[in-house]
Amino acid sequence: MVNWTTYPSLVPLLAVLISLAAVPLIILSARRPNLREFWTIAAGVGKLALVLSLLPPLLEHRVAVLNLGEIVPGVQLAFKADALGVFFALIASFLWILTSFYSIGYVRGLKEHKQTRYFAYFAVCLSSTIGIAFSANLATFIIFYEILTIATYPLVIHKETEEAIKAGRKYLAYTLTAGVFLIAAATWTYLLVGKLDFIPGGLLKNTPFEPKTAVILFSLFLFGVGVKAAIMPLHSWLPTAMAAPTPVSALLHAVAVVKSGVFGVIRIGEFVFGPQLLRRYHLDYLLLTTAGVTIIIASFLALKEDNLKRRLAYSTVAHLSYIVMGVGLISSPALLGSLLHLAFHATMKITLFFCAGAIYVHLHKEKVSELDGIGQVMPWTMGAFTVGSIGLVGLPPVNGWLSKWCLGWGSVVAERPFFLVILVLSGLLNAAYFFPIVYRAFFRRNKNKKTGEASPFMVVPLVLTAGLSILFGLFPDIGFKLFKIATDVGILIFGRLQ
Amino acid sequence: MMPSNTIPWPPLIYLFAGIFIPLAALKWRRLAGWLALVATAAAAFFSVVNLLRALDQGVISYRFGGWIPPIGIEYILDPLSGFVTTVINLIALGVLFHAHRSVEAEIRESRWPPYYALVMLFLTGANGIIMTGDFFNLYVFLEIGSLSLYGLIAVGEKKSPVAAFRYLVMGTVGGGFYLLGVGFLYLVTGSLNMGDVRNILFHLPVTPPLIVALTLMLIGLGIKMAVFPLHGWLPDAYTYAPSPTSAIMAPIGTKIGAYSIARIFFFIFGLKLITQVTPIAQVLAWLSAIGIIYGSILAMAQNEIKRMLAYSSVAQVGYIGLGLGLANSFGFIGALLHIMNHGLMKACLFLVAGNFRLRLGHSRIDRLDDSLRRSMPWSTAAFTLAALAMIGVPPTVGFFSKWYLALGAIEKKNWLFLMVILISSLLNAVYFFRVIERMYFRPVNSRQTSENLSETTSAEAREVGPWLLLPTLIFALALVVIGFLNVWIVKTILTKALPAVF
Repeated sequence: MVNWTTYPSLVPLLAVLISLAAVPLIILSARRPNLREFWTIAAGVGKLALVLSLLPPLLEHRVAVLNLGEIVPGVQLAFKADALGVFFALIASFLWILTSFYSIGYVRGLKEHKQTRYFAYFAVCLSSTIGIAFSANLATFIIFYEILTIATYPLVIHKETEEAIKAGRKYLAYTLTAGVFLIAAATWTYLLVGKLDFIPGGLLKNTPFEPKTAVILFSLFLFGVGVKAAIMPLHSWLPTAMAAPTPVSALLHAVAVVKSGVFGVIRIGEFVFGPQLLRRYHLDYLLLTTAGVTIIIASFLALKEDNLKRRLAYSTVAHLSYIVMGVGLISSPALLGSLLHLAFHATMKITLFFCAGAIYVHLHKEKVSELDGIGQVMPWTMGAFTVGSIGLVGLPPVNGWLSKWCLGWGSVVAERPFFLVILVLSGLLNAAYFFPIVYRAFFRRNKNKKTGEASPFMVVPLVLTAGLSILFGLFPDIGFKLFKIATDVGILIFGRLQ
Repeated sequence: MMPSNTIPWPPLIYLFAGIFIPLAALKWRRLAGWLALVATAAAAFFSVVNLLRALDQGVISYRFGGWIPPIGIEYILDPLSGFVTTVINLIALGVLFHAHRSVEAEIRESRWPPYYALVMLFLTGANGIIMTGDFFNLYVFLEIGSLSLYGLIAVGEKKSPVAAFRYLVMGTVGGGFYLLGVGFLYLVTGSLNMGDVRNILFHLPVTPPLIVALTLMLIGLGIKMAVFPLHGWLPDAYTYAPSPTSAIMAPIGTKIGAYSIARIFFFIFGLKLITQVTPIAQVLAWLSAIGIIYGSILAMAQNEIKRMLAYSSVAQVGYIGLGLGLANSFGFIGALLHIMNHGLMKACLFLVAGNFRLRLGHSRIDRLDDSLRRSMPWSTAAFTLAALAMIGVPPTVGFFSKWYLALGAIEKKNWLFLMVILISSLLNAVYFFRVIERMYFRPVNSRQTSENLSETTSAEAREVGPWLLLPTLIFALALVVIGFLNVWIVKTILTKALPAVF
């Protein structure tokens, strides 16, 4: 057993606040776009640096904590940059920098309106995402979770078309409802145990329950975080939200927002209920059933979707449920797989969204059926797309294979080989909906008159994320020690790595 | 060094201001607003002083004219009354700051002095009701407050006299019910002093006249509080009253009824009488729950911001009623907190509605469009923030009301009430986002233009001046700041304001 110690530190708070502090600067420099974008990038780099500074102590099993006083009686507004939190924060803050560069290319390429609002709310979203990552208890978590809900809204309706406004309504209807369930669950938990801290192995571990109560409480929680995690049947806001500009879909609907949802599932599963309780009351069945069904159905829906971004959205729905499934399998390799997929799916899916956006900006094409020969026009973009596709199918050397491997290992350890079958089946389905795109792009005849790639602001980030996906596939521990941190979380919860 | 007996000062200051303002402002009408502002500031200051004293010393009784209760009239200063007077006087201060300009715009100059005098009398009533420890004295203040409110409503637009008359009828009926209840109570106990009545009731068996008294008082105060289905007067009164009146009436008016119910039923009659002997708490909770849903749904159907806010008030008063009706400490804290929170939110929203009226000449939802966000950015931002607070998005105040009320409902294992509390925040989201969408995303040219040429289009409007903007923004800011301070408020004030039974 490893001993974790804590030390007080302002860094978690600063990491949350730095992008919030950029908001007034972004608004004030509305008339000077270059300066405005400088603030975004500066905040992004600063955020990453702050999160990275938490890494060395974390690897020595020292956790930064910060207590800001009570927010409701008995519960502190508190931050705790534990392994799981830093893991998520690293991914989100790193990908924010790349997305910011990409956004510059995207909004300028399309001459989007209200760019200042766009960058300002993006910064708010990132603040709340990091807040979610570093929340030490449910109340703090809920606060940032709700702020994220609201801050994403202006980005979803950014285009202000009838379609976008409708998407915004649907988005709010789903996410606000979920927030309400989360509050109900949190208040109930508070009355049961008198505190709301996230405790490895489960806050409620020693609470006597009636089985019915456990199921209802867990369902409330699952509903609360399940909407953002796009678990079926709570997923339908996500394809609709593709009305947002592509960088928003890329970062928020493949990384920040939806990953906050699955991050919530992990927090609830491993830190509020805990594996023992999940098993004792058969709550794992609930997770596994919904996740399994979601993976298969969403993959089929992706298959028949012609709009590229919506196809990616359904694919995201399926892949988010991989992570949920990993929690439901209740074994440390499966949890490891969950965490790795949380990170690796982010790098892969953001690549694909970046590609979709680059195609849209450069050639104004949104449909899969229009992509014939596009690989000859935009070889780098479609090359990156191919890398992302291979990764999501789960083939080496792209990082997706590793997380799937761990999930498969976990399902064997948990003696639920059925989910190995689901993993394989879903891999095949991924191939079925991604490879035709690659085939079209490279092997069909090119009818486009336009040549060349999109702006380097867009191409460089997407090539980087694709490269990163391969790099993580070969050396998962490189740079951010993601593999090490994820293993630490697994050991923290289960005591050992099976 | 503070004078030792500041307890009755807030209502007295208002009373004298109410008498003095028409005289002093005979010659300089502009003086009226200034005097009202000064009086309110003084009253607010002394209510803070009172609150601090109450927190320090607990329950303090003040005897008018030195007469010993139960013969004389007694004022009770405890953390509860100190808290509520502080809240309403501070809110009144902000609103009157704003009223300074909006009264000038909406009310004829010759009516300024009487208008402000009535505002002062209304606040006299409000403060008196909260401070008094005497059943009959409470009735007197109730009538002072209500009568001045009828006048304040009636000076508004064309339909306002009708609205005022309707309120007058319902309000008088409410007062009558309350008075009858007091009569029955006197019949049973032979006393009108609240503390005295409590002690006598402790030894008395429960008899039908007592139950009749309880019921009559609940109905009477329920009308003042606008509990469903006794809310009929409220929508018209809020809509047609001039903006400054709605802004002062909405955050304060119904809260006084709610406070009286809390005070009389929980502190005087006691938990046993209202939960076990009679189901008064349950009835209150159920009616409030229905009111929450009913008010929210009707708010969605409105096309006028003030009317929408009025129905929203019916729903929000339901939160307070529900919290009281839960009859446990979480519910009670939630209700008290919501008295303050809803006061702040509604004050902010009505001030914005007033700003719109001032600049656009209307506050109709279907005529708003996205030029507002450019022409009146601060007002729209304040509206949005207050709307988020109403929905209950953390860390604004609305979230914390919801938190305590949800705790109360779960502790009672009443899942239906929990659902009502939570669903209503979604309904709030529906009707507020309807307005927000229009203010921010509805293109100007899609509007059918020029049906009324005298109206300013929102594109030509400009942001209101600092006198109007400052209080609006202070309220908006308070929604967040007080959200963070909620623990402090609950711990230092509200836990001391709970009835002893919790």
